[in-house]
Amino acid sequence: MNEILTVTQLNNNIKFLLEETFESVLVEGEVSNLRRPQSGHVYFTLKDDKSQIKAVFFHKFGTYQRRTTFELEEGLKVLCRARLNVYLPRGEYQLVVESVEPLGVGALQKAFEQLKARLFAEGLFDERHKKTIPFMPERIGVITSPTGAVIKDILNITKRRFPVADILIAPVRVQGNEAAPEIIQALRNLQSHGDVDVIVIARGGGSLEDIAPFNDEALAREIFRSSIPVVSAVGHETDFTICDFVADLRAPTPSAAAELIVPEWVELITKIDILKQRMMAGLGRRLKDTRDRIAGLQDRLKDPRRFLINLKINLDDLKERLKLAFHHERQNLYNELGQLQLRLMHQSPSKKVSERKILLDNMQKDLFNNFAGRLTALKERLQKDSAVLESLSPLGVLQRGYSITRSAASGMIIRQSADLSVGEDVNIQLARGNFNAKIEKISQE
Amino acid sequence: MAKEKFEDALEKLEDIVKKMESGDMPLDEALKSFEEGIKIIRFCSSKLEETQRRVEMLLGKEDSLQVKRFEGEDDCG
Repeated sequence: MNEILTVTQLNNNIKFLLEETFESVLVEGEVSNLRRPQSGHVYFTLKDDKSQIKAVFFHKFGTYQRRTTFELEEGLKVLCRARLNVYLPRGEYQLVVESVEPLGVGALQKAFEQLKARLFAEGLFDERHKKTIPFMPERIGVITSPTGAVIKDILNITKRRFPVADILIAPVRVQGNEAAPEIIQALRNLQSHGDVDVIVIARGGGSLEDIAPFNDEALAREIFRSSIPVVSAVGHETDFTICDFVADLRAPTPSAAAELIVPEWVELITKIDILKQRMMAGLGRRLKDTRDRIAGLQDRLKDPRRFLINLKINLDDLKERLKLAFHHERQNLYNELGQLQLRLMHQSPSKKVSERKILLDNMQKDLFNNFAGRLTALKERLQKDSAVLESLSPLGVLQRGYSITRSAASGMIIRQSADLSVGEDVNIQLARGNFNAKIEKISQE
Repeated sequence: MAKEKFEDALEKLEDIVKKMESGDMPLDEALKSFEEGIKIIRFCSSKLEETQRRVEMLLGKEDSLQVKRFEGEDDCG
């Protein structure tokens, strides 16, 4: 063991040891550092949470192409069948992978999911690309195996439901490597020469391997391109294929497809019959209505006297109402008049006149009384006053022999001789009568 | 395409019947519609009463395709 080795010798020994020991191993791990150079080889690192190992998938083995239909993905958990290889120039070792399988799901399933995601992203499954399945096809193309239960079911059901549509079968293998190319060719043939209104691609159910042709990418693209509506009827209720997604209509089974593509003949015939009856009945009713209406009009047209009678009745009615109204009005007026008379009587002036008369009488009486009293008083006062007056009267003095001398010119009473001048005329009033005199001599006192 | 016409025709017939049943159609129009309805019924019936269906096979290569009677049909009743 103390022999001195060159590096090459050592690595050669390691290579021999390792490659002998790990000639064929199964390793599981996660794909990372995935690289695909132009060479076509695939390089990646297989790792778990504590360790990692380099791995390569050589193109020349063809194993990658042939034995794995899915694509390796970063982070994918895989199980690799591999052998260990030591690369002498670098003293490095790596796994040379011979086959790989995704962990969890199978390789086919993984491939299916990847293709589905890709085509979906491309829009091949978009609703807006779906063509309408004709309501009543006259000629139906069926791509399937010409033997077996599937074609029998389709023929039976279409015959039972709708026995007047022609069927054109494009026979193909529905399993194995040749199936997909044959189906693609059949699709093209039916489009170019089939003169069909709809194409059904049918196959009974099976394992994922069995229905693999219907997950073929080229077939999916051919269906997408088809100018004629395509119905996919592959597998059973729960199995979906790429074909199902890209087709214009997906039927869960071939029998269901047969039901979907043709209408029920009996139903249609019945429907048309019912519509016919309804239409006849509708027209009949329409005619009867018209007849009835004409009859009605005729009836009403027949006797104009009915009109007159109506008018007369109307007139009488109005007359009666007028009379009543008139009576009523008259009565109202009478009543009102009575009321007014009554009120007028209450307002009569005769009562007031008598009242005033009494008042006037009283006033007259008062006036008389008053006046008589005052007259008596005045009479008494007059008598008294005249007695006084009589006693004061100049006439009385004159009676006693006195006279009154007045200036003839001024009429003034002369009370002293100084007021007189000689030659002046004076008037002398006596108790009875008067006379004029002329002053001759004035003697002073 | 005749097959499309069938569905359209059926729809038209339904329309006519509904209108005629509603009763507010003038009589001459009703008569016209009735005539049209009868025509559609004849057309639809003829489509449904065509001769017995053919079941055939498309055989051969792309450049030499031929249509042959399908022999298995009799088994299918």
